[in-house]
Amino acid sequence: MNAVLDLSKFQAKGVESCFHDRHISPQIVAGLDGSNWRLKDYESRGGYQALRKILAANAEGNPGMTPDQVVAEVKASGLRGRGGAGFPTGLKWSFMPRALPVQKYLVCNSDEGEPGTCKDRDILAYNPHIVIEGMIIASYAMGISVGYNYIHGEIFEVYDRFEEALDEARAAGFLGANILGSKHSFQLHAFHGFGAYICGEETALLESLEGKKGQPRFKPPFPASFGLYGKPTTINNTETFAAVPWIIRNSGQAYLECGKPNNGGTKIFSMVGDVERPGNYEIPLGTPFAKILELAGGVKGGRKLKAVIPGGSSAPVLPASIMMDCSMDYDSIAKAGSMLGSGAVIVMDETRCMVKSLLRLSYFYSHESCGQCTPCREGTGWLWRLVNRLEHGHGKAEDLALLDSVAESIMGRTICALGDAAAMPVRGMLKHFRDEFVHHVDHKTCMVPQYV
Amino acid sequence: MSFSEQTLARFAKEVAKFPADQKQSAVMACLAIVQQAQGHVSAEAEAAIAAYLGMAPIAVHEVTTFYNMYNQQPVGQFKLNVCTNLPCQLRNGQQALAHLCKKLGIDAGGTTTDGLFTVQQAECLGACADAPVVLVNDRQMLSFMDNDRLDELVDMLKAQAK
Repeated sequence: MNAVLDLSKFQAKGVESCFHDRHISPQIVAGLDGSNWRLKDYESRGGYQALRKILAANAEGNPGMTPDQVVAEVKASGLRGRGGAGFPTGLKWSFMPRALPVQKYLVCNSDEGEPGTCKDRDILAYNPHIVIEGMIIASYAMGISVGYNYIHGEIFEVYDRFEEALDEARAAGFLGANILGSKHSFQLHAFHGFGAYICGEETALLESLEGKKGQPRFKPPFPASFGLYGKPTTINNTETFAAVPWIIRNSGQAYLECGKPNNGGTKIFSMVGDVERPGNYEIPLGTPFAKILELAGGVKGGRKLKAVIPGGSSAPVLPASIMMDCSMDYDSIAKAGSMLGSGAVIVMDETRCMVKSLLRLSYFYSHESCGQCTPCREGTGWLWRLVNRLEHGHGKAEDLALLDSVAESIMGRTICALGDAAAMPVRGMLKHFRDEFVHHVDHKTCMVPQYV
Repeated sequence: MSFSEQTLARFAKEVAKFPADQKQSAVMACLAIVQQAQGHVSAEAEAAIAAYLGMAPIAVHEVTTFYNMYNQQPVGQFKLNVCTNLPCQLRNGQQALAHLCKKLGIDAGGTTTDGLFTVQQAECLGACADAPVVLVNDRQMLSFMDNDRLDELVDMLKAQAK
């Protein structure tokens, strides 16, 4: 019944979010226009050249690259995981026991559901082959023959497109047995979620891939030794894989030089909330926050910047004064007391009530807790109910201390990071905007005028 | 319950992605396929999928109930999910949900009496820069849905249903 429904006039074409020409030295989104996502277009942009450089050894004197050389190149690039944790990618790849004679798996985490984040959607919709090529290169580097791309169920159209791109890659011989005449074989499949934030957590994602509820596993053992179906597995974010072909073509050193030490390369930031031009912006890591705010057209309506959640909703909020001194890289944001996370930059202007903002986030974490660990299952509900009564004028003076205490009691006491993710926004808000919470207790209302 | 040949062909394509002894991995896809064909996931459908994949029916039910997008009850012909999470809320997502509900005369989570529309509040749909966003029947993401566009959408869907 859906097939006959043409709703295309209501659908974004990526013009606002991606094809706006306000990126800085882009690598992943360079040259994209929405119509050129197919294999032949990707090849005309230099696509699959990195794979040829690695695999097509000895043909015309091309020596190819050994798996060790590929891992070394990625290590040298300073590439860090783009999903949120920022773990060095080359190091992660080196954990895979390549020579172990068992089935190993490669998984791409495209379960992009961290509020504020919408970059992987654009990458997969408008440049799917860059992810496929990155995954093939990774599979070669780690001696892996089967991979899955776990795609957020809410972006089903992107899942369908990725399936189509996979068909193209198979037909062209980039996927399957003996890729480009080499000894390397790799099969890649698309998988979709169906609405569970927690599946962005890598071990919950693996459970989901196995056809179960997405409840995270204890670590250790880590996926590199016990992953999908109990087999060694490497999981990287979509954007991380998308960065790899450029690194192989241009060298790790060149990639590192695009960013700053320990923060190599470019990164796509999703500028959302109160900005004039919300969208994705690919910029070199280390670019000042003021610059990307300017690219996004500044604060909406010319209003004053109040606060920024710099790395997706789980990152602690930072007030404008601190944020304006930051540059957009892992180290600068961490030093300021937050985290770069997934690169979702939620901008809030001077009219926003911090209690109301936190309320929506606290509801979200309570809703999405998988229920496995008591501190998270119960604690997220407590956080939500406490913020709810503060927002609606029923808060008591001691509630602030109680919020602190509940948040503290969740942190570090759960199997996965969702507990911390729920607690950190609370603690960040109380740290920087405590007066607004106090105002809610004392005056039963917001410091700022009401808005819907 | 028996499935149509077309549905079984789609199941088979999903099962083929996984090792022979890991058919269960296809359960999420099979449930989504059934929901697309039948509008929701019934207990009978769960049992039939369980038999098809060699799983216990309760294991299938665990999956249906864990993931937000599976309809455990029948829904309207058009299920409209509106994201109201913070980044969307800052760009009128909450207001879009309120507008849709008011226009259709239902509360969030409800279905119109003519069985045409179900409106639900959704968590992050991953399209934050396009806010307000509406997901139609789990498949199509609609962007920049201000009141005028929401009105136009509802009118278009009503006409479609006739």
